[in-house]
Amino acid sequence: MILSDKSIAEIREKMVRYPRRKSAILPALTVAYNQLGHLDEEIYKEISQVIDVPTGEIAEAATFYTMFPKAPTGRYLIQVCHNISCALLGADGLVEYLESKLGIKKGETTPDKIFTLITVECLGSCASAPMMQIGDRYYEFLTKEKVDAILDDLRKKAEDGKADSV
Amino acid sequence: MEKRILFKYIDDPEQVRIDKYISRGGYKAWEKALKQMKPGDVIEEVKKSGVRGRGGAGFPAGLKWSFVPKDSPKPRYLVCNADESEPGTCKDRQLMECDPHGVIEGMAIASYAIGSHLCFIYIRGEFGGPIRSMNKAVKEAYDKKMLGKNIFGSGYDLDLIVHTGGGAYICGEETALLNSLEGERGMSRIRPPFPAIEGLYACPTVVNNVETLACIPHVINNGADWYTAMGTEKSKGTKIFSLSGHVKNPGNYELEMGTPLSYLINDLGGGVIDGHKLKAIIPGGSSTPFLLPEQLETPLDYESIAAAGSMLGSGGVIVIHEKTCIVWVIERLIHFYKHESCGKCTPCREGTGWLEQMISRIEHGQGKPGDLEKIDTICNNILGRTICPLGDAAVMPIQSALKLFREEWQYHIDHGKCLVETECPFR
Repeated sequence: MILSDKSIAEIREKMVRYPRRKSAILPALTVAYNQLGHLDEEIYKEISQVIDVPTGEIAEAATFYTMFPKAPTGRYLIQVCHNISCALLGADGLVEYLESKLGIKKGETTPDKIFTLITVECLGSCASAPMMQIGDRYYEFLTKEKVDAILDDLRKKAEDGKADSV
Repeated sequence: MEKRILFKYIDDPEQVRIDKYISRGGYKAWEKALKQMKPGDVIEEVKKSGVRGRGGAGFPAGLKWSFVPKDSPKPRYLVCNADESEPGTCKDRQLMECDPHGVIEGMAIASYAIGSHLCFIYIRGEFGGPIRSMNKAVKEAYDKKMLGKNIFGSGYDLDLIVHTGGGAYICGEETALLNSLEGERGMSRIRPPFPAIEGLYACPTVVNNVETLACIPHVINNGADWYTAMGTEKSKGTKIFSLSGHVKNPGNYELEMGTPLSYLINDLGGGVIDGHKLKAIIPGGSSTPFLLPEQLETPLDYESIAAAGSMLGSGGVIVIHEKTCIVWVIERLIHFYKHESCGKCTPCREGTGWLEQMISRIEHGQGKPGDLEKIDTICNNILGRTICPLGDAAVMPIQSALKLFREEWQYHIDHGKCLVETECPFR
């Protein structure tokens, strides 16, 4: 199994609370994503065994939701909001700044596999724009200085092997 | 002046703790409802208060609850819609993160009113902070026996599940949310049947926004008359406005309904940044038509904003200054709606794609004569022809921008470039 015993236990614990097992699909996908950082066919099969819902139904749901990458990413997935409130306060420039700092284009991963950079739609952080999400954390009111400090800090963490503390 | 009812303790980090919440009168309304009121009394009180849906539609909450059939043998469900994702809106996030027990108490009272013993809060999956805060608060509420079995010795049982989404704007639409909660793709359902009759698992269901539910304990504690003393004739109480874009002091502000827009933008928001002039305002989230600077004195309530040609919506007020190309703004928005269309209805699925291609072409200097007329036609063929409001939401800002700023569009087509060069730097 790719899913850890802890993840499986967590999925089961969530599943029994719902009147119907199928409702546990999204919670199960979330648990798997939190453990693995992405989803794929193998993971759908394993979830299928745990919650006893056909693999196809799990894949059907999973492929609808954009929050879960369907292939491995860098250790830190940088998601920059480029929707209107952030765009008005420089989201495009933020993306360009990150591209130049990381030496990659939007949609790419750094060669050391530490950072992947993508843009996303509104993250509900409009009054603290511009912003980005890394892991489950929001970084808000971003400036060039703040971005420098965040990237330095994460790179150091990754090199020290503390990536899981995002 | 800000009128802080829901936001009274929002800045105090201690407010997330149940002991602090209770010491400030928290869960008193829940106790009162269970011990002193019948479910029908709760519905009547909320009806009388005039609380309307704060997610965007503005439908009266008490009336929505009253549609749940009294004699249905099926279980009933209360679902709190916390899939906040209308661009420009970030109020529910703060309510959940900073005053989670206020949301839980509102959900509990609403559940009791409709006879639900299992309720859900569907939080968008990206909201790490609010999810953690709600999970912690729910656990505290169970430990203090505010949730669970035989609450306050009343014999009433209530369970609450925190359910997280997967990143899909459409799941903020209530029938799509219900599909998502059932483990399906988040696509909207045709109505009727309405959720109050056949909602979650085909059982009677009420879906209410976070802010709507957070109003409920205050109404029960203080009475409908206290609530209706605030606001305007038809828009009662307070509303939280998310102020974003080109303003000095962006943020969430709770105001009495009917407060002028200028007060929010200039007095609280500090006016437009960089000494620029105001160009336009989106008053109710990115789906609502633009207002112009000369409409700045419009009162912020459902009726006044509608009379001004827009909608109060979710209360997401986006301020745009003069150094902003309107075609660029619309390109950004139509990209979003195309990305978020669930694909169920042809006009929305195909139409938003066509609009995105054409508008992007115009913005990048490749506009052709006849484009604007074609955009108009496509918009008219989406509007009102889809199951859920996403199609309308995509079209309304485009039609508004075409009407109010037509010369900018025409300039783009005639000259292949912006009439107004966008200056939105990253600093």
